[in-house]
Amino acid sequence: MKIVTCIKQTFDTEAKIVVGGDGQISDEGVNMILNPYDEYAVEEAIKTKEKDGGEVVVVTVGGDKAQEALRYSLAMGADRAVLINDPALEKADSHAVSVALAKLLSDKEAGYDVIFAGKEAVDDGAAQVPSRLAAKLDLALANVVVAVELADGKATVTREIDGGTEELEMALPALISAQKGLNEVRYPSLPGIMKAKRKPLDVVSLADLGLSAEDVASKVEMVSAELPPARKAGQKLTGEVDEVVAKLVELLKNEAKVI
Amino acid sequence: MSIVVCAEQRDGKLSKVTFEALSEGKRLAAASGETLKALVIGSGVAACADELKKYGADEIAVADNEALAAYTTETYAAVLAAYIAQESPALVLMGHSTVGRELAARAAGIADCGLVSDCVAIESADGDYLFKHPVYAGKAIGTFKISGATRLATLRPNVFAIEESDGAGAVVDFAPEIPAAKVTVKAVNKVSGDRPELTEADIICSGGRGLGGPEGFKLIEDLADSLGAAVGSSRAAVDAGWREHAAQVGQTGKVVSPNLYIASGISGAIQHLAGMGTSKYIVGINKDGEANIFNVADYGIEGDLNKIIPALVEKLKEA
Repeated sequence: MKIVTCIKQTFDTEAKIVVGGDGQISDEGVNMILNPYDEYAVEEAIKTKEKDGGEVVVVTVGGDKAQEALRYSLAMGADRAVLINDPALEKADSHAVSVALAKLLSDKEAGYDVIFAGKEAVDDGAAQVPSRLAAKLDLALANVVVAVELADGKATVTREIDGGTEELEMALPALISAQKGLNEVRYPSLPGIMKAKRKPLDVVSLADLGLSAEDVASKVEMVSAELPPARKAGQKLTGEVDEVVAKLVELLKNEAKVI
Repeated sequence: MSIVVCAEQRDGKLSKVTFEALSEGKRLAAASGETLKALVIGSGVAACADELKKYGADEIAVADNEALAAYTTETYAAVLAAYIAQESPALVLMGHSTVGRELAARAAGIADCGLVSDCVAIESADGDYLFKHPVYAGKAIGTFKISGATRLATLRPNVFAIEESDGAGAVVDFAPEIPAAKVTVKAVNKVSGDRPELTEADIICSGGRGLGGPEGFKLIEDLADSLGAAVGSSRAAVDAGWREHAAQVGQTGKVVSPNLYIASGISGAIQHLAGMGTSKYIVGINKDGEANIFNVADYGIEGDLNKIIPALVEKLKEA
């Protein structure tokens, strides 16, 4: 089995967001992590390999720093990594990322049986790359997946939909995007971290992939960012239980008009 | 040029966010002078077209085919992409539901269009559009522009106002070639029962660690049922195994913006606020007077939720 996992390096979920003088979000001094949903994808890839054998390749689009997220995945147990790093991808949107990944996966890294990814990245919250990539590679797709079974060249998955779940079946190769709850993510062990340092990590440019800057021109641009208006503390209702409850119902009815 | 709204239906029932998208499409079309078109995809969905007429579409395209009876991303996206190729719309809107977000992204991948997901505001300006979309789980709001002739956007449910309006409402058939599906839907399991869907609910009652255990959710369910509300949960309660992940509200759960959000036994961690901070009214019930939820709640009650919630349910029954 050749198992590919697409990952992204993101801000730590605890990071405080600062908008710089240029109106863009500043990454200065921000701790970077492997996108939480991608952790489930990496874990599922490693579990699959442990069961069925094969190799796990983690791939990403990013700058030099993104190597840390790849090394983290290698420390968890992936076998090798590929970083697509090019100045033309510095402001890559979901379109640009999916074009670059699709080229890598249909060329240098072709022959995969399954591709795992996180259902979305917690930074831009776009949730686009898995579906766009499936379109580019013409693959069967299951998003927001909470259970996977791979057997006899088929994937059987359970995924969340609004108000319930769906069970889907598809022939491999397929693209599966992970939701929280898919598995229990392991922490890298100390030997794992030591081994990861020696595992192969290839860095490829757009030219290496046979793509031009024009091929990956972003279609979406963030013009500016602002912090949301802060919510203010309202009123605290005090008194006996019956009193406060009556007050609350009155306020919800006549002031807020929401019930 | 036109503005297209891709309607979302399941079992012939249109989602509420579809009407929100159409209403927003109508406002933008009125401002820009574009025509408003709706596309509905499925099998036996003619009745949906009648319902869509109420929201001002000039034309409603119906892609009705037995091969579209079960939703699969690839077949529905192929239909949407074919419609985009035929119409070259300036703007395509749909709901940012579980289905809408993947459908929009896969269609955008086929049509090579830019897409801004999870929009909370759209402005038209000089023939172009500006899209506002919360990033970093709502810790910042980005303003985005899309280059190219066709722009796609998914809209956060419960944010855009629904307005009925008049439109020509001409119904036309749309019959593109439909690819063979690679995915087979084996089963659809509804779990929400009679309660509304979390992301579309007008009122949400959520519980957290302060409930003390899974049985504490009985209180939340009683309160929800007295208000016709959906039931949500904090991450702490989900991680403790008291509630399924589908109910989780927050940065790694659902993002909701109901008219009323009642948080009981929830401290109000930043990752929870990220998921419900845009609610119109927030009520916090917590025994810890210093809990962060009181810094964002419009109405706060400090006290024992085991006494307050039953009393509240009784009071609501009276009212």
